[in-house]
Amino acid sequence: MFLSNLAFASDTLKHAEEAHGGESSSWMLHHIADSRTIDLEPFGHINLPQFPPIHIGGIEIDLSITKHVFFMWIVSLVLVVVLSLVAKSYRKQVVPRGLANLVEVFVVFIRDEIVLSVIGKEGLKYLHYFLTLFFFILLCNLFGLIPYGATATGNLAVTGGLAFLSFILIQLAGIKKHGLIGYYKGLVPHGVPGFVAPIMFIVEFLGLFAKAFALTVRLFANMTAGHIVILSLIGLIFVFKSVLVAPISIGFAIFINLLEILVAFIQAYIFTMLTALFVGLSIHQH
Amino acid sequence: MPELAHIAGGFGAALSVIGAAYGISKLAAATMEASGRQPEVAGEVRTSMIISAALIEGVTLFAEVICIILALK
Repeated sequence: MFLSNLAFASDTLKHAEEAHGGESSSWMLHHIADSRTIDLEPFGHINLPQFPPIHIGGIEIDLSITKHVFFMWIVSLVLVVVLSLVAKSYRKQVVPRGLANLVEVFVVFIRDEIVLSVIGKEGLKYLHYFLTLFFFILLCNLFGLIPYGATATGNLAVTGGLAFLSFILIQLAGIKKHGLIGYYKGLVPHGVPGFVAPIMFIVEFLGLFAKAFALTVRLFANMTAGHIVILSLIGLIFVFKSVLVAPISIGFAIFINLLEILVAFIQAYIFTMLTALFVGLSIHQH
Repeated sequence: MPELAHIAGGFGAALSVIGAAYGISKLAAATMEASGRQPEVAGEVRTSMIISAALIEGVTLFAEVICIILALK
């Protein structure tokens, strides 16, 4: 696993140096950033199909497939296949076996520890969204850790899209419970003096967007940071231009890679947990 | 001047890590004290600790992203 990562890093470093005249940080960005090719160094690369951009009212929209889109599709495919197989296995027998056992642990954890404990019984009708969110983010994170994989959640557009869906859910859940006017009126806590209320409303209203923005950046930065640390450690070998550094930096890189598996689970949990918390806040207003 | 941007990126990263470490250490200390006093609520305390840690970490990561942007300028 690590050897291919290393080969990949050295190859990209070489390419980057040829392309950018020895600029040292660009190969890291190349690995992290979205691109129109899937790198399979040392075996070359696959060019993804490109479509001409669509023009709608002066805005140019490029709907070409990129690396991250490709990996999101793989994740979706894996999720649809695996989870529907698991769901089907419950028709034959109620007691889970094998893979169904593993998935059941996560599903029951999200239902009992996240949705029921944070939102309460009312949250159960939103359980599908939380489950989808958790498994999608988890698999996106984990796919970035396998060789030649790309972290789709290490892209601001992807995490922004996920946070946007969560934002809509938070608003709709609140509006459904309290009504359109009641919900936005309830943003200001009771017992606030009259002259402070307008200021509080503005602050709380901006807070709604800040929550979604924080969700976006948290997931993006966590997934990007781990990759940058691993690449920096491997890059040390090329900075010092010595083989002696290799055992140390590869040892640390393996450690960080294992830590990243933990981070992948924690971040999927945190995103789901915070979305549930915000939904709970908008349902149980004070 | 790219050199100053690099220095600023390094300093910013270090400072924000100090802040986050202080915040999370206080949080962890309080959590351990609480679950030591009342082991029966340790699960609930841990959940709220993870949420607060995530919020602290979120703010830190804003700063770190800014530092990365500065350093890669």
